[in-house]
Amino acid sequence: MDQTVEQELRLKGIPASPGIAIGPVYLFRKHEPTVQIRTITSEEVTGEIERLQNALVRSKKELTKVFEFADQKLGSEQSKIFEAQLLLLDDAVLFEVVYERLRRERKNVEFLIQNEIEKYHQLMMASKDEATHERANDLLDVRNRILRNLEEQKLISRIEGMHVIVSHTLAAADVLIFSRNDVLAYVTEVGGATSHMALLARALKIPAVVGVHQVSLLVHSNVPIIVDGYNGVIVIHPSPKTLKEYEKKKAKYSTFEEALAPLRDLPAETLDGRRITLAANVELVEELEFIKLQGADGIGLYRTESMLIGKEVFPSEEEQYAVYRRIADAVYPKHAIIRTFDIGGDKLMAQSVKENNPFLGWRGVRVMLDKPQIFLDQLRAILRASARKNLALMVPMVTNIKEVQLSKQLIAQAKDDLRAHKIAFDEKIPIGVMVEVPAAAVIADHLAREVNFLSIGTNDLIQYLLAVDRGNDIVSELFQEFHPAVIRFLRRIIERGKQKRTWVGMCGQMAGDPLATILLVGLGLDEFSVVPTVLPEIKKIIRSIRYTDAVKVAEHALTLNSEDEIEKYLRHLMKQKFPEIPIG
Amino acid sequence: MIEHEITIRNRAGLHTRPAAAIVKLAAKFKSEFYIEKDSLQINGKSIIGVMTLAAEQGSHLLVRFDGPDEEEAYLAMAELFESGFGEPI
Repeated sequence: MDQTVEQELRLKGIPASPGIAIGPVYLFRKHEPTVQIRTITSEEVTGEIERLQNALVRSKKELTKVFEFADQKLGSEQSKIFEAQLLLLDDAVLFEVVYERLRRERKNVEFLIQNEIEKYHQLMMASKDEATHERANDLLDVRNRILRNLEEQKLISRIEGMHVIVSHTLAAADVLIFSRNDVLAYVTEVGGATSHMALLARALKIPAVVGVHQVSLLVHSNVPIIVDGYNGVIVIHPSPKTLKEYEKKKAKYSTFEEALAPLRDLPAETLDGRRITLAANVELVEELEFIKLQGADGIGLYRTESMLIGKEVFPSEEEQYAVYRRIADAVYPKHAIIRTFDIGGDKLMAQSVKENNPFLGWRGVRVMLDKPQIFLDQLRAILRASARKNLALMVPMVTNIKEVQLSKQLIAQAKDDLRAHKIAFDEKIPIGVMVEVPAAAVIADHLAREVNFLSIGTNDLIQYLLAVDRGNDIVSELFQEFHPAVIRFLRRIIERGKQKRTWVGMCGQMAGDPLATILLVGLGLDEFSVVPTVLPEIKKIIRSIRYTDAVKVAEHALTLNSEDEIEKYLRHLMKQKFPEIPIG
Repeated sequence: MIEHEITIRNRAGLHTRPAAAIVKLAAKFKSEFYIEKDSLQINGKSIIGVMTLAAEQGSHLLVRFDGPDEEEAYLAMAELFESGFGEPI
């Protein structure tokens, strides 16, 4: 028998989460609802009817929950869509026909449902009316819901053993599902380093590389693969030599990480005594133990929208309070900053309303101010959890003063509410805003008068500033942290923010980039909030430099006029002072 | 059995929300209820049927009621249509 040795193949992508993994591939394909036709026997007819009725009951339960939420929090305009969908599930005519065909044709209900609904769908799509086409989507929504419930789809993957998951794309929800199995690493074809999936992979300490073009065509399951999340490299069918090389690297990095362990209880303070807050970005409550292990100065950003993943309705005030309370207790006496829901409007809109450019549209604080009921629920929950006086509140995507003032009014309203019910909260809870829209950066001094702190969201700020979509790997190279415009903006934000005795921090990914640390310290940043995996490295850097030297580095960087030069300068610095720290 | 012509008054026409309103109203009555547009006849108690009508503002439909409360059903339905389903006309 011919034994062909497979060729080793190295591919380059974007490093999304650090670490090295070596193992077999598991090729993941997003589940497509394909409906197969089956002929059924006369004995099976009753069983099929029962299956369909059970699926309808489940679907109705789900939709009722969504409808009630929409009705209470979004207004009857929005909720009527779901009411119509619920009526669809009760449509006498539709199901009469399905049951009749079931008895006559003896085909499975999935096929019949799909077939019947398809007829109506075609009729609606044939209409010249745009609105009717959009209504046709409601039909498909309901159909998909019924089909999903018929399948009793369990969201657990069937892989056994430890694998490297390779996929065209991975939604945040998929990452959460897989984490329960033993996942060695993630590799995807699309996505950028700051996509939601990448953020979660880092939080879960799972190496990941994204933007590896066509990788799913080049592998199949169980092919051996090496994933280097530090450098964004993957090696398919590694040779024995390559395997050895990477196993060595892996060992080296883990000893390096172990060496950082003693830093845990030491403060992030420069050699000349400048104390910097080094906190953690948190998405999942599962990370709370880990951030303590990493020696975080509390939490600089808790992304509350992570509570919405895979859910159709917002959590209630009670449910939110439980989570915020847990966070406050976990970090006490250190502080945690809770950011209010930073979502795109698509989470709240009818399917038919689609923004052409959601990134420049209805999202962040804009959505919350338009839906004060939801905002107030969250504000009350945060306030209640602030009773031990170690929480702060932060508002995302602020563009102007009015938004800040309106938000503060709502906060005051929530406070009044709680006071009236004699519920304890921190009267002086610090309030901050994210600086991620360029306009906010320019008026940082005005904003600083209204709030207690500013937190720079470099992920979005750089996107808006450089007009680059961070999830688009065609232009991902244009997303440059060290673009002179970015550095100048950061300088201005920090200068103007601090004039009014407001502190300025950063929770964007740049804060966790070791290459940027000295520069950011030199620009005067008061707080770094980073992915917990890199915390020890950043602390090491801060503790090994003088603030006065860092200031000189920043000043020099500001004189350079290209991203290339600035990055080269910083790399050179890092290579000299910190050769053991892996730089991407 | 009674039959009448009825007009779509509201600007947005017969989209999901009015469709839901029609079906909900029709369910309150015992009479059978059919709507005809051009040559297409649909059961007015079926939301899927009403949604497929896709009638725009100004279109004329034929409504047919058959049963013990057909008069009341028609009057109630006519009022619903006249009001433009509570939407801008």
